[in-house]
Amino acid sequence: MTQMTFARAINSGLRKSLENDPKVILMGEDIGTLGGVFRVTDGLQKDFGKHRVVDTPLAESGIMGTAVGLAYRGYRPVVEIQFDGFIYPAFDQIVCQVAKLHYRTQGAVKMPITIRVPFGGGIGSPEHHSESPEAYFTHTSGLRVVSPSSPQDAHTMIQQAISCDDPVLYFEPKRRYHDKGEVDESLDAAGSLSMEKARVITEGHDVTLVAYGPLVKTARDAAMAAADEGVSVEVIDLRSLAPVDFATVEASVRKTGRMVITHEAGQSGGLGAELAASITERCFYHLEAAPVRITGFDVPYPYSKLEMHHLPSLDRILDGVDRALGRPNSLSGLEG
Amino acid sequence: MLTDELGQGGTAAGGPGNRAGHQGGAGQNLVQLITPTGERVSHPEFDPWVQDISDEQLGTLYEDLVAIRRIDTEATALQRQGELALWPPLLGQEASQIGSARALRADDFVFSSYRDNGVAYCRGVDLTDIVRVWRGNASSGWDPYTVNMATPQIIIGAQTLHATGYAMGIQNDGVDSVAITYFGDGATSEGDVNEALVFAASFQAPVVFFCQNNHWAISEPVRLQSHIQIADRAAGFGIPSMRVDGNDVLAVMAATRVALDRARRGGGPTFIEAVTYRMGPHTTADDPTRYRDANELEDWAAKDPIRRVKALLDRKGLLTEEFEAAVQQKADAVAREMRAGCINMPEPEPLDIFKHVYSTPNSWLDRQQDHYSRYLASFGDPAGAHSEEGAR
Repeated sequence: MTQMTFARAINSGLRKSLENDPKVILMGEDIGTLGGVFRVTDGLQKDFGKHRVVDTPLAESGIMGTAVGLAYRGYRPVVEIQFDGFIYPAFDQIVCQVAKLHYRTQGAVKMPITIRVPFGGGIGSPEHHSESPEAYFTHTSGLRVVSPSSPQDAHTMIQQAISCDDPVLYFEPKRRYHDKGEVDESLDAAGSLSMEKARVITEGHDVTLVAYGPLVKTARDAAMAAADEGVSVEVIDLRSLAPVDFATVEASVRKTGRMVITHEAGQSGGLGAELAASITERCFYHLEAAPVRITGFDVPYPYSKLEMHHLPSLDRILDGVDRALGRPNSLSGLEG
Repeated sequence: MLTDELGQGGTAAGGPGNRAGHQGGAGQNLVQLITPTGERVSHPEFDPWVQDISDEQLGTLYEDLVAIRRIDTEATALQRQGELALWPPLLGQEASQIGSARALRADDFVFSSYRDNGVAYCRGVDLTDIVRVWRGNASSGWDPYTVNMATPQIIIGAQTLHATGYAMGIQNDGVDSVAITYFGDGATSEGDVNEALVFAASFQAPVVFFCQNNHWAISEPVRLQSHIQIADRAAGFGIPSMRVDGNDVLAVMAATRVALDRARRGGGPTFIEAVTYRMGPHTTADDPTRYRDANELEDWAAKDPIRRVKALLDRKGLLTEEFEAAVQQKADAVAREMRAGCINMPEPEPLDIFKHVYSTPNSWLDRQQDHYSRYLASFGDPAGAHSEEGAR
């Protein structure tokens, strides 16, 4: 076990993938000489060469489209999108090509492309640097979408994503890049918990609290605070956003009868809506209360002085827990 | 202006395909080796690239041209008869497609658009597979790796990036294969094509950009896409370009060979503008009389790509009755084969809708498939044999 930052844990996972498979090739803006604006690819070009760690021109569709061509040729491209808000020029190639080529060619052409996206807010950045665009991709068939929340998961899940024969969107919670944790680099990624499985990280019996990526830490802290008040919160780290491991969430909700979902992305049409609907369909008679969503607002990502109002905080999550439990809360007395 | 240029043999300034383009002005001269009346005109730079083409090979090219026109016409007929939902005719563009595709090696890889069925024919794509998509029986017709040609792209220009990425892979693999991408004049306005040119130039990727300027992007004329000659745009990317008579199968072949040779030698990308004309509609759902002048069509009919090769063969005394009959027989045979393949194509099974979305199981989709199977089974039908009428 080694203490390392979240960013370093991804770097170490990328290094292992580059070592294990000569077809793995990293592409992106500033990922080579600079090592990425967040230094996630630090030192990799020096060690693996310019043909395996490729600094590309500043054109996201170009990066994604050439990655498709490389995948056609049998390569396994790992593409870095520098910031969440920069992914949109690549949207067409992701949705129309990356996601659909396997289906279009009846399985003849595989698209084992990993798309790394630093996402989420909380770092005081200007517009386009703090977005949570995951729902665009969870809504797109043919893609898999994951988001790690700890250095260990970041390390193993990036390797699993790269070895997956389907395209994977790998959302990295950028405000956790500098968080440290124990990472066992000797762990066999293939033998570790699948990136498609959710994980119960805090057991509890009163309310199920579902989070992913940057808010897992906030959710865990909220559960600890709730415990002080005698409320037992079960926290689930979703890990996979598409497909969602409903079996794990369902088992928890059958036990607790209540569910709170939290994400930074705006509420309407977000992943929380899918979770609320699916869990209601699957275990309606075990629910004691309507599912509660604590999310970002349906606003463009706000300027940084206001982002703390937009981002679900420990207190807002606890307010949601109170709503799920029917305890006094900020909306007490409001109908619907 | 274009009409005038196409009437005469042109000469390229500088070495073959080394033209760096103009700032405005008249642009590049058109490379032409066979005039519309079938005269073989000499061209010092490009002649050497087709000097190996024997009379017999010229005859084979003629057969290809006739066959693909016959296939194209048959497919349009199949659409009119309700056997195909849609068809994008290539009528008029035969020489561009045959001349370039016959210059390729088996290990080269093609990324094309939906109108490049002449290229598919040359690559050896099964004729039934060419119409599979247009009958609605599949999202694409063939396994790209069996013929080294990606299935046609519908998103305009997207395939130029795929070709460039593939070429970067070729480069990494240290072999001398080449990727070639086909696209139209309309596509040159797309960001993807411009990004592909940037990437190809920056990495000096072994890729050939083959633009068929057929003058129309559905209803939009080429002058709406480009203020200068399309070939001259390449210079801005640092990519050498050529502008060839796209209705001249030999000129197209010569230019493509120049480009392929450069790519194989590590000289990077080349841009070819093949000046041709879409004689038919954009697709069978289009009505070009709404937007283009009949006179224009007549002008281009006089420059037909097949007639000029026929005239050349005639001048050479090769156009015997026997030869013509054999060519017609071949064309009829391929058309018959395609028609039979089209009409006898097996229908897809309802649950095929779920196949190949992912390469490994997916819990969301598996559940939906399970539920839909149960739904189908609720009619007492085995899932595969269910019809829409039966559901009511």
